[in-house]
Amino acid sequence: MELTERPQGLTRRQLLSRATAAGTAFVVGSGFVAAPNAAWAYETTHLDARAFATLVQMARDIYPHDRIPDENYVAAVKGYDNADAAPAITAGLAALDAAAQGKGFGSYLDAGWERDRVDILRGMEESAFFQQIRGGLVTGLYNQKAVWPIFGYEGESFSKGGYIDRGFDDINWL
Amino acid sequence: MAAPFDLNDDSVVVIIGTGAGGGTLANELAQKGIKVVALEAGGRYLPDDYINDEWESFGQLAWTDPRTTSGDWRVSKDFSGLPAWIVKAVGGTTTHWAGASLRFQEHEWKAATNYGAIQGANLLDWPIDAAEMDPWYAKAEEKMGVTRTGNRPGLPGNNNYKVFEAGAKALGYEKVHTGRMAIQTRDDGDRIPCQQTGFCFQGCKWGAKWSTAYTEVPAGEATGNLEVRERAHVARILHNEAGKVTGVEYFDADGNLQMQKARIVCLAGNSFESPRLLLNSASSMFPDGLANSSGQVGRNYMRHMTGSVYAVFDKPVRMWRGTTMAGIVQDEARHDPSRGFVGGYELETLSLGIPFMAAFLDPGAWGREFTTALDGYENMAGMWIVGEDMPQETNRVTLNHDVTDQHGLPVANVHFSDHANDKAMRAHAYKQGIAMYEAVGATRVFPTPPYPSTHNLGTNRMSANARDGVVNRWGQTHDISNLFISDGSQFTTGAAENPTLTIVALAIRQADHIASEMSKGNV
Repeated sequence: MELTERPQGLTRRQLLSRATAAGTAFVVGSGFVAAPNAAWAYETTHLDARAFATLVQMARDIYPHDRIPDENYVAAVKGYDNADAAPAITAGLAALDAAAQGKGFGSYLDAGWERDRVDILRGMEESAFFQQIRGGLVTGLYNQKAVWPIFGYEGESFSKGGYIDRGFDDINWL
Repeated sequence: MAAPFDLNDDSVVVIIGTGAGGGTLANELAQKGIKVVALEAGGRYLPDDYINDEWESFGQLAWTDPRTTSGDWRVSKDFSGLPAWIVKAVGGTTTHWAGASLRFQEHEWKAATNYGAIQGANLLDWPIDAAEMDPWYAKAEEKMGVTRTGNRPGLPGNNNYKVFEAGAKALGYEKVHTGRMAIQTRDDGDRIPCQQTGFCFQGCKWGAKWSTAYTEVPAGEATGNLEVRERAHVARILHNEAGKVTGVEYFDADGNLQMQKARIVCLAGNSFESPRLLLNSASSMFPDGLANSSGQVGRNYMRHMTGSVYAVFDKPVRMWRGTTMAGIVQDEARHDPSRGFVGGYELETLSLGIPFMAAFLDPGAWGREFTTALDGYENMAGMWIVGEDMPQETNRVTLNHDVTDQHGLPVANVHFSDHANDKAMRAHAYKQGIAMYEAVGATRVFPTPPYPSTHNLGTNRMSANARDGVVNRWGQTHDISNLFISDGSQFTTGAAENPTLTIVALAIRQADHIASEMSKGNV
């Protein structure tokens, strides 16, 4: 998808050779976050790459949809990777890691089970940082047309003449 | 076509707002040869302009000028700056409405008499009744092309309706059908028939649904007697030493303050903006705002007792296909206090797309309980609950002097808390809605909280006696004979039914009265 891109000129092997694992879902290199299989990668501009990987994991843990790929979560939060937003996001993610350490994990990404990460998030769900990320995801994630088919949602139908001849009343199991 | 009238022409009727009330009134007066200047705060969007994408459409049409909220309603927590989901555009919320066009039931015109004293409720009988309104309802149904009235057939039922109907019949409900809808069903009218496209809330791109934007407004303009000024935001209604209104001040599209003189002013800005404007028009003669000798301006705000029930099944429903409000159960609309509340409610199918479902299913929720609900979206059916809520004096629109809009005017604060009767009715409706879906095999149900309000009523209510309300039986303010209220804010009580048909019927009736009073020289 256009919102994420592989660092220019890197082969999969080169990319992975420059990266270290962050949790199980991501590899993090100098200024980029990628899938362990290099299916996608995102170059950060203002956020530390590991912090960005933490943010993407946090987004998935807030609104977990197992059939939505990471690219869409990346797309949902990449708007925070800018000069204005980065300082507050960095501070919020540092607080998240501190909360994880308070529960005995090295960092948020080091908590391998979703239930442990959710437990960490529950402890900070009233914070402005959590609410900013959660609130932003409501549109940032669910308003991506790319995720609609995963839910079966068909979007607009006017261009196809509506559903009058295309199954508005095709239910067959009642 | 559109007739330009001079700012100093004090023979015109100025109408503020072009929605169900204002748009209808403007056309009705223009058809009678009366000169009308309609001031519309929003821009003009027509079917070609409508966008079948929920958030993008919201950005195009919704009234998102600042407002504030208070009270214990959940909207105040989850959508604190957005108490209402209504439209700022030519046509007002008739671009957004679903089309349900139901008459009040006879007993609902006399709620105080029929429901008795309800603690905390400021109930009052309307000074008009079903018999008086019958011919006006008939005119409104004809104008709007309401299905199942006249000789018009009903709409076909979509998937969402079929699930709803099966559940209703399983529970023994009898008044179940595809509604009385202001949606064209046949190829014999001015409007294209419904193509079952969905997105009724985003403006009907076929123009199948009645909206003043492309029916009343252009029909009025074609007479040469109606001028609609778009992006004209009224700031204040002016009056003279005799206590009659003389015109309005408004900000034009460029933000410049203009003054339009008027013989009569009709206010139809909806139940937030209409009282706000009366309050913002306070003067040394009327320090509490215009037409407010009763102290009732802004009070008795009603939003209908609402809520939704969504349910997930083990097989696909695809509820978004076709008419958004595709059918109705009316069995619970009766007044039957044995259920533990007065008044009644309607159940009507409803559908939201994924973007709005994510925002409204359970605002603020997160985690798998929430996301697995959305994962079931394709197999989901949905209904909306709409019932009579109790008017309460403390539920009210006031001016918030700490927050101003883009023109520097104090914004409306909307305070609302449910009455115990509202809560009892909602609990009953959730139970019945859930039972309907479980009767046809729902695997999971979601009693969903009310959305920001689209039915906003009662803040300039109609009363027989000047001390009890703001307007008389004609929507004419008790205090100022050439100032009228022409929108849902004149509702004395809300009844169980979607309000648009009643707003339109009242506007047609009011136009007759205004024309008659003008010809007699009374106003």
